[in-house]
Amino acid sequence: MALTLSNPARRRLRTLGFLSPWLIGFSAFFAYPLIATVYFSFMHYNQIQKPDFVGLRNWKYVFEQMPLFGPALWNTLWLVVVMVALRVVFGLSLGLLITKIKTGAGFFRTAFYLPYLAPPVAATVAFVFLLNPSTGPVNEVLAHVGITGPNWFNDANWAKPSLVMLSLWGIGDLMVIFMAALLDVPKEQYEAAELDGAGAWSKFRYVTWPSITPIVMFAVVTGVVQTMQYYTQALVAGKIASGVSIGPGSVIQPGYPDHSTLTVPQLVYSMGFQNFNTGAACVLSLVLFAIAMAVTMLLMRKRSGLLAAED
Amino acid sequence: MPRWRIPLRAPMALAAAGLLLSGCANPSVGSADDDPTKPVTLKFWHGWSAPGEVKAINNSIARFEKLHPNIRVESTGNVTDATINQALRAGGDEAPDVVTSFTTNNVGQYCDSGMWADLDPFMRKSGLDKSKVFPKTLLDYTSYEGDQCALPLLADAYGMYYNKDAFKEAGISRPPRTMSEFEADARKLTKRAGNSYRRVGFMPNFRLYQNSPDRLFAQWGPTYFDAKGDSRLAKDPSTYKFFDTAHKLVEAQGGYNALERFRTSFGDEMSTQNAFMSGKLAMHLDGEWRGLMMNEAKVGFDWGVAPLPVPDDQAETYGRGYLTGTVAGIAHSSRHQNAAWELVKFLTSDTDQVVSFANAIHNVPSTFAALKSPKLDADPTFRTFLGIAQNKYSQVMPPSTNGGMYVTSLQDFSYSVEAGKVHDLKKGLRELDRQIDADTLQSKS
Repeated sequence: MALTLSNPARRRLRTLGFLSPWLIGFSAFFAYPLIATVYFSFMHYNQIQKPDFVGLRNWKYVFEQMPLFGPALWNTLWLVVVMVALRVVFGLSLGLLITKIKTGAGFFRTAFYLPYLAPPVAATVAFVFLLNPSTGPVNEVLAHVGITGPNWFNDANWAKPSLVMLSLWGIGDLMVIFMAALLDVPKEQYEAAELDGAGAWSKFRYVTWPSITPIVMFAVVTGVVQTMQYYTQALVAGKIASGVSIGPGSVIQPGYPDHSTLTVPQLVYSMGFQNFNTGAACVLSLVLFAIAMAVTMLLMRKRSGLLAAED
Repeated sequence: MPRWRIPLRAPMALAAAGLLLSGCANPSVGSADDDPTKPVTLKFWHGWSAPGEVKAINNSIARFEKLHPNIRVESTGNVTDATINQALRAGGDEAPDVVTSFTTNNVGQYCDSGMWADLDPFMRKSGLDKSKVFPKTLLDYTSYEGDQCALPLLADAYGMYYNKDAFKEAGISRPPRTMSEFEADARKLTKRAGNSYRRVGFMPNFRLYQNSPDRLFAQWGPTYFDAKGDSRLAKDPSTYKFFDTAHKLVEAQGGYNALERFRTSFGDEMSTQNAFMSGKLAMHLDGEWRGLMMNEAKVGFDWGVAPLPVPDDQAETYGRGYLTGTVAGIAHSSRHQNAAWELVKFLTSDTDQVVSFANAIHNVPSTFAALKSPKLDADPTFRTFLGIAQNKYSQVMPPSTNGGMYVTSLQDFSYSVEAGKVHDLKKGLRELDRQIDADTLQSKS
């Protein structure tokens, strides 16, 4: 039997057809995992036995009885604020400097971009070696100029700043994005500003900054989301710096030293895949998701405000 | 679309998601319906990785295949507990049938979650009386609340390695037996070099190699849980004495920060740059396998082995130590559980197999018969560990439903204590007890 469809139905089907790749991707990689996470946050589930409904028990456990939740959240937010801010400032400064360089620009661009290509684990291992308090070259150099270097990754006060230094070393991605934005600013605007007697700061404030604001906002939003998921570097640095042997029977305890590098994603992994406490891991994931959403929305509203002001 | 349909969309989507999720939440289930005399290929995952160890386990498998020509074993080495955990939860054809773990910490979790199959029915079928084959201590650490989901596959005993040359140089005639002798000897054996050290008598910091606090704490014979299963560390006087001794050892040798800084200069534990093997430590807590490594590396000093010292008021317990070991079991998802049992039975209870494997990798045998075997390695340093393993005061960690989570909590707390961050030990221990109890409760259905 031939199926006859009205024009609006056909149009709707066609639209759905075009939308289907996105719809499938959205359902499989966003909607389903999100619904699953909410579902398991109310379940006792060890990934072997059937899930049991336990109401708010997992939520109470995370907020009232999990001592590592506070430090993990604090560390994550600390990294979000400090790392993102410094990365944007450093990346933009580097971009500004490199766009000004006339001779050997290609060399400097390559030199500053190359560290970004280093695999995160290899880069972290190298940094832990460089910053080893007893045998690392950094402290040896500092000792030569009469400075007693800190314990870096082995000191709870220095571990997070060490991770920030590591992220600044691999700033190449942001530098390239900012360079593209900076080179895109119309030259006529600079010329007009110069004719009006604007100095370097005024040109940056009234010409460069308004032009690159969307890119800065992009860098901040993606930086916040990425840093919320910060995992590998902190785990590797802690594991190697601690010197604790990792054998087939041992469990990696993230956060060395004194939970100073423990982030919420590490806690999610630890809860979900080391302790098989799926419910608590899901609660942690949802908290992280909620914070990431709130911060992103706030930033997007701020961006809309900025754009509106420019108009 | 009529408007009355709209309110149904969300509930229908949620119901569909729920159905889908409950379907996804059921991992594959294995069976013990197979005939162990029929041809089968078993997947065996283990943690051994050193060439000598891999050779030894491969030889064991070759002996097994000769005895069971219908069973072929595909062996995969250097597998961590984390990998095994994931594979068994995911199930499927690539998941292992027979698994091992290098720690006893997780046995409670494996048994309680049903991830490793209960072995009692298999033992009953094959007439193996476990109480006659395995020492009780070892059976305790391979079961949880009556569920024997693992069997011991060689044990590990912890003792003290010491540098005889350093002892001679310091005028010490024998290894210390009590904690006060330990502290005095550690002080004498420590050699400073400027702001750092040339050698430390005994590195007490808990992050050094095998120095996790539970291992040293075993010398006090603590009781971790009461009859109801509640943590009782704050109530146990030995906990306070243990931390006091650890603190004295630290202070006697220059303080936590100086020792910690020296510790970060140490080489990899399993290499020849190991701090004891490179002469940076005069006394060292370690397992029986270290002797084989010391011999192979031909270290440049004379060394010996002794049990770790005991508290002064428990002198009669000298000879005790911390025990743990490798355990073997059958994956819940295996569809060849009877054939898998044949391999587990062979590896864990065949006397010749246990003895030859123990000799090859320098681990302590885990059956009564193997411990008495005349074929067992006669090396006196190895025999010291056999003595520790058989000492009635030696201690294993009690199994828990959430595996080693309480050990991790104790470790975390101990790191804070040694760093001087816990100002009220009693209050801190009470909080630790509360935490361990909350974690246990959270892990139960």
